[in-house]
Amino acid sequence: MTPHPSAENAGWPRIRTAGFDGFLVSFADHLSEPANRAALAFRDAIGRAGWAGVEETSTSLVSTYLRFDPLWSDHAQMQAALEGLLGDQDWFTAKLPTGRRFWRVPTVFGTDMAPQLEEASKAAGMSPEEAITSISGTRVRVQTIGFAPGMPYLGELAEDWNIPRQTALTSQVPAGGLCVALRQLVLFPVATPTGWRQIGQTGFRLFRPDSDKPFVLSPGDEVLFEPTTPEKLHAMKEDADGGAVSEVIS
Amino acid sequence: MSRALIVHRVGPGVTVQDHGRPGYLAFGLSRGGAADQLALIEGAALLGQDSSLAALEMAGTGGEFEASEDMRIALTGAVMRANIDGTRVRWDASHLLAKGSRLTIGPAEAGSFGYLSLGGGLDLPEHLGAKSVHLAAGLGARVKAGDHLPLGADGRHDTGLKLDPDPRLDGGTIRLVPSLQTEFFSTAEIARFETTEFHRDSRGNRMGVRILPQGEGFQTEAGLMVLSEVIVPGDVQITGDGTPFVLLSECQTTGGYPRIGSILPADQPKVAQATPGAVLRFQFVTLADAVEIERRERDRCKMLRSRVQPLIRNPHDIADLISFQLISGVSAGDDLERDETWL
Repeated sequence: MTPHPSAENAGWPRIRTAGFDGFLVSFADHLSEPANRAALAFRDAIGRAGWAGVEETSTSLVSTYLRFDPLWSDHAQMQAALEGLLGDQDWFTAKLPTGRRFWRVPTVFGTDMAPQLEEASKAAGMSPEEAITSISGTRVRVQTIGFAPGMPYLGELAEDWNIPRQTALTSQVPAGGLCVALRQLVLFPVATPTGWRQIGQTGFRLFRPDSDKPFVLSPGDEVLFEPTTPEKLHAMKEDADGGAVSEVIS
Repeated sequence: MSRALIVHRVGPGVTVQDHGRPGYLAFGLSRGGAADQLALIEGAALLGQDSSLAALEMAGTGGEFEASEDMRIALTGAVMRANIDGTRVRWDASHLLAKGSRLTIGPAEAGSFGYLSLGGGLDLPEHLGAKSVHLAAGLGARVKAGDHLPLGADGRHDTGLKLDPDPRLDGGTIRLVPSLQTEFFSTAEIARFETTEFHRDSRGNRMGVRILPQGEGFQTEAGLMVLSEVIVPGDVQITGDGTPFVLLSECQTTGGYPRIGSILPADQPKVAQATPGAVLRFQFVTLADAVEIERRERDRCKMLRSRVQPLIRNPHDIADLISFQLISGVSAGDDLERDETWL
């Protein structure tokens, strides 16, 4: 990704309320790597600050979310605390989290396992073959975990992949399904309805509730989706990793 | 053998629920827990126990259950036709389910989610810090015939109590606050949203319910290119075709469809309980008003135990004495429940 000039960040970060009991601190209104790093680092900082009344925090792609008890602390007080912490440093220059891993995940592109490859390729102005080369050749980063347990949003793909979600929901994409929209990939931990188009299928289990590491991927991890065949994927179906291998990023 | 509720027959939407598991939002796991949290609190008030204990949530219909030992039960939430060994029992009340007795709970007569709370609570293993089943996440499973659901220790014996619940089973006005994406909608669309009558669609589950507007769907310029952002229960998401979808306890944690507002926790049970076809309207309130509404609601929940009353009413309080069987009414604690006039 190209570095963003500082003018890019003018007007950001921005604080908004989210529902009755939340605040959202956004560092951009579009996907940007510095804003993603800023959101992760700001969430860590809230955790370290240990404010009373805070019940939970998380990050989305470019924002940090905070849930608190408005009957315990009030909105004005919490907003002032957030503003104060934002002023502490330039969050856009924050480093990525430590202990990141690089995963290679065997993936069946297209076939009846991933029926929307053709449609998605067309939206991106490519043939299905070009689409497979483009996606499987891009080492993508976990920008956030969200939507479903352990589910990564991965990016960023080439500009051609800035395609919208479909208007109607696909009623069910299976667990391990790889879907695309908005220069991003998502990988589903459980079968789910979605507006994203399914282009691939993996055997990678992202949520393992009975394991001592229930959530496999973390923000900052990197992933390469490597083409495989339905037969090979089927042969690995007993493996929770679905043939995926990982190493620490040093 | 430990005390257990034995399941002989069960509907397809019966799950163990508690207040859910907050704290996993950053890992993509929503809080979950009972769709109608107030019903759990009411059940706990009727049994004089902590509302954090796990109960059975019954979507649409219940089942047939047997007590392995004497146990106390409370029935709350969506009103379902219930009987113990063939004798109809009052909903929104606590009862004794004696050893060997059969409790039969039929389809909902009003509302969507009924609750069966048990004295001592359901004593099941926790997953990630809670007992609640999270169907969307594949965490735990539905209750099935043949299950023996163990109960925790219960130090109390009082039953035959009732509670008049806050009305919430047939739709009505739902209050919401503006949220992070409300500004994506024009003032005219917001105004139209507040004056439109909606009907709850037949499509709905623990993740959320679709609500159908009279007239056109709602549009934003942001459309389908909005960056995925955090979602919380109560958010009203406008899907691609302009139809609102209200997110409930098992909702996803992020989403890309724009959200027009966020429903107050106090009004979320009303949306969860609305049956298909029920009429819903929306009204925006300020954040300051929302805090006051929630404060009053929390105080009311704390006071619920003081609203619990014996099933036998004082004859002086009964307006129409003629319609009650006074003789059986004053003779024994549970007799009056058998009279349909109480239901």
